[in-house]
Amino acid sequence: MLTEFLYLMKAELMITIIIFILLFLKLGSKEMKAENMLNFINVLLVINLAAGFFNIPTGNLFGDMFRTNELFTLEKNFLNFGTLIISLQSYDWLKNHKHVPEFYILLLSTLLGMFFMISSSNLLMFYLGLELSTIPLAALCNFDLHQRRSSEAAFKMIMSSAFSSGLLLFGISLLYGSTGTLDFHELTLQLNDNSLQIFSLILLIAGFGFKISAVPFHLWTADVYEGSPVAVTSYLSVVSKGAILFVIVSVFYNVFTPVANSWYNMIFLISVATMIIGNLFALRQQNMKRFLAFSSIAQVGFILVGLTAQSTEGSSSVIYFILIYIFSNLGAFGVISVVSAITGKETMDDYRGFYKTNPLLTWVLAISLFSLAGIPPLAGFFGKFFLLFAGAGKGNYSLIVIAALNMVVSLYYYLKVIKAMFMDANENPIEKIHSHWQPKIAMGICVGGILITGIASGAYNYIHSLLK
Amino acid sequence: MNYSSYIALIPLLPLASFILLGLFGRKYLKELSGIIGCTVLLISTVLSLYAAYNYFFIGGKVNGVYPTLTAVKYTWLQFLPSLAIDMGIILDPISVMMIVVVSFVSLMVHIYSLGYMKGEERFGTYYSFLSLFTFSMLGLVLASNIFQIYIFWELVGISSYLLIGFYYDRPSAVAASKKAFVVTRFADLGFLIGILILGFQAQTLDFNTLIQRLTDTQSPQLLAIASTSFLGVSLLTWALTLVFVGGAGKSAMFPLHIWLPDAMEGPTPVSALIHAATMVVAGVYLVARLFPVFHINGASLHVVTWVGAISAFLAAVIACTQTDIKRVLAYSTMSQIGYMMFSLGVSGWGGETGLGYTGSMFHLFTHAFFKSLLFLCAGAVIHIARSNEMKDMGGLRRFMPITHITFLIACLAIAGVPPFAGFFSKEEILFAAWQNNQVIYVIGLVTSGITAFYMFRLYFSIFWNKEKELYDFHGEGTFSMKLPLIILGIGTALVGFIPFSNFISADRKGLPSELHLTFSIVPVTFAIIGIFIAYSLYFKQSDRAQKLSDTLGGLYRSTYRKFYIDEIYLFVTRKIIFNLVGRPAAWIDRNIVDGTMNGIAWTTGKISVLIKGVQSGRVQSYALYFFGGIVVLVLIFLYLWK
Repeated sequence: MLTEFLYLMKAELMITIIIFILLFLKLGSKEMKAENMLNFINVLLVINLAAGFFNIPTGNLFGDMFRTNELFTLEKNFLNFGTLIISLQSYDWLKNHKHVPEFYILLLSTLLGMFFMISSSNLLMFYLGLELSTIPLAALCNFDLHQRRSSEAAFKMIMSSAFSSGLLLFGISLLYGSTGTLDFHELTLQLNDNSLQIFSLILLIAGFGFKISAVPFHLWTADVYEGSPVAVTSYLSVVSKGAILFVIVSVFYNVFTPVANSWYNMIFLISVATMIIGNLFALRQQNMKRFLAFSSIAQVGFILVGLTAQSTEGSSSVIYFILIYIFSNLGAFGVISVVSAITGKETMDDYRGFYKTNPLLTWVLAISLFSLAGIPPLAGFFGKFFLLFAGAGKGNYSLIVIAALNMVVSLYYYLKVIKAMFMDANENPIEKIHSHWQPKIAMGICVGGILITGIASGAYNYIHSLLK
Repeated sequence: MNYSSYIALIPLLPLASFILLGLFGRKYLKELSGIIGCTVLLISTVLSLYAAYNYFFIGGKVNGVYPTLTAVKYTWLQFLPSLAIDMGIILDPISVMMIVVVSFVSLMVHIYSLGYMKGEERFGTYYSFLSLFTFSMLGLVLASNIFQIYIFWELVGISSYLLIGFYYDRPSAVAASKKAFVVTRFADLGFLIGILILGFQAQTLDFNTLIQRLTDTQSPQLLAIASTSFLGVSLLTWALTLVFVGGAGKSAMFPLHIWLPDAMEGPTPVSALIHAATMVVAGVYLVARLFPVFHINGASLHVVTWVGAISAFLAAVIACTQTDIKRVLAYSTMSQIGYMMFSLGVSGWGGETGLGYTGSMFHLFTHAFFKSLLFLCAGAVIHIARSNEMKDMGGLRRFMPITHITFLIACLAIAGVPPFAGFFSKEEILFAAWQNNQVIYVIGLVTSGITAFYMFRLYFSIFWNKEKELYDFHGEGTFSMKLPLIILGIGTALVGFIPFSNFISADRKGLPSELHLTFSIVPVTFAIIGIFIAYSLYFKQSDRAQKLSDTLGGLYRSTYRKFYIDEIYLFVTRKIIFNLVGRPAAWIDRNIVDGTMNGIAWTTGKISVLIKGVQSGRVQSYALYFFGGIVVLVLIFLYLWK
């Protein structure tokens, strides 16, 4: 029993152990230099990531509250990977920060919450995971301790998420009231299209929509993203969203199958609104973080197009796209993070003439943005093409046309940044950045991922094989 | 014949050169970059010619038709159980013809650029971009399935973007590159949706299988796609028209042509390669590639015909009024591509009726020679005159004899004067139009007269007109610049004699090559009249041309302004889209999302400055919108959509 428990909860236990190590380090009161601490933590995170690839467990625990299999392990590996990259990228920011262990304790707690959420087989378990992954995040938003806008971001985050959690919980209770169960398997058998269940489905979708910042549940995103430290922003927009999308795929595709028609229509509407609104607002942004925030809203709208496919191709292209999204978005955030940590500059005007002083960083950012815009042969193109292709299988061409139109609009604003960096003159450009080797490695990995994941078909094939 | 041993090298060599020059060109290789680029391309060209020789003469016909060979093929991804995405290389008459054209013209441009771009700071970068373009274009023509062609299609767009914007310190070049990218990308959207429809309906992305399934009247796929309709038009027509929209964007067909004249901001050799001979004919190639499917769907073929004819005529008229020599050439390119398009449109399948297909491909082939020659000559002229404007030129024949003679040959070719290349291909096109649709024939005929007029207007204005003295004249250009002119000049004079129709025809059987001499009298007469008018107006400096344009007044002005098409686009985007979509979005952004600090201070005046930022009331309004979203969903799904 114990060995089974240890084995099945391997991924969660690894994170817990790291959290405890960090707690002891903090309590040990010996002041460790921030640099050494960061190196140590990053080594732990690398070990944690590597461990995820061996001895992949499959099975259930706690009377079916918790389940794991190869697909879930892969998803957790993606999240581990994203966290590691963000950790490497924030080296320049954290090395001057006094509270490094606390930062990681909070960060890893949220990661633990996401793992539970992914592995949950019961709405209650899911809710616990969701809260664990949300509340510490609000504290993280406040981690630029002396910046008022950082506190403001944290406050807005906690208020908005409390509101959305309340409604989500209301939805869960209604569902329990009408079916008498919270277990995913039994829920599938009990669901039918009655009005109460549709209503609770809407509340659940609103709760999910809040976390992935789908329109109209997205309003908190811009302020929180802008106010938070870049590392937290990228964590919110990549890892946190990715986790929820994983859950959405498994819940919608496996549990809510009896009400598939209803959620199809809802996701369709939300997807259209999200793409259009996200793009229109992204067009006007001047702050790079805010710009990426809105562009990532539009990306989520795109992911939802793939979700509407309701086929194995749909779910595998969504998961595949999230991997690519991790690479592309973290590539972009990596550059912004380093620039912001060293120079404090964050607006698009600051990036004019960036190529003159930092050609390499410019290329990293340009490749990431091109990938986000979906230009072949970068990974983003393949991701989007598969999403569209899967979506087209359902035969709803109007959705495909809207999505494709939005791809063109998004190209326009991504090009705006690229033009500013390569072509515009600037009397006071960002000086030559000398960052630590760790962020450089992280960016290198992202660029490598962008270049390879698309052209090599292995990644998609593997994901697809897990879903069959 | 086994091609797999070397055929992949033809595109891969330029790719290798791109990577090498891209990484080391600027810092280490510098001047050497040009030599490397040229050498690599020379090998590619030789291999292409060798492949063509093998295909047409060694392999030859199998059972009376030229076969479609798949030289390389592997399954890249099994997307659906019934739908695999392959990567491969297809060899058939048109792809073999295209690799010869692309690699040859690219080689000429590479050599020419050795002299033209000499001393340029980013010489290595320039050659790496050229290599990237050549790789993408070769990949495009060799692609064996529609997904692969789309990838290369976009790559060609990117390399064109990079090359148009090569002089990135010029704002006009930057704007032009962006315009070209966004406009063609907009058209590609149609292409993408067309691919999705075709792919799903035919259950394949492979060209061979696709064509086979969609032309066989018994196949379930054809029945399904032809019987399903959307907005009253069959899905097949939709798919093909959308694919054609993509092609029209790349090939600068009306009304998606607005990017091409601006693209002339790039270096002139680039215009010769990308915007005259190769990339812009990709749309024609795409239609030709899917021609068997287009052929069975009359409606979409009509669209091709009329878009082609309108573009041909309109561009020729606009070209008459332009004063920038590169822009004249740009519009003439658009006009000639219009010829190729409508020629495909009027083509039938086998025998004499398939002459349009042959003529279109033949014109693509000859056009590549004379148009790249014209652009390279224009480059030399601009080099010497230090201006793009016709009025700054005149009398240059004494200074640049080689450019003068080759330019004249190219002008005669494009005007359709025998025995130069353009005559033969144009004659086939007009004959095909005559047989099939006489309205199109008349448009083509008039256009060919106008073409002769504006080309000779250009020729006389540059090389004759007024006598001019050049004080700081350093010779006509380096040997590397003259050599391509001479080679292309000889090509332009001779390629018309190739019995092209023996090799390329819609049904692959080949046609006997024959001239319809009596038929040719009318087109040639039109061309000569055009030349004569140009001679009388522009040979000597006079005010006759000015008087004429004054008489025509408004008509001339509206033509000069390119029929206000750019302005219409601007009106639609600036006024309509910006006001109807952008403004409200901005308003919401300002008032709801951003919510000015001042407004909040006013409502919550009593609370301290610190709290003002936090308790802005905005979180509450966020919650309100959140709740509003739920209410809307509930209303829709519990009451309306039930």
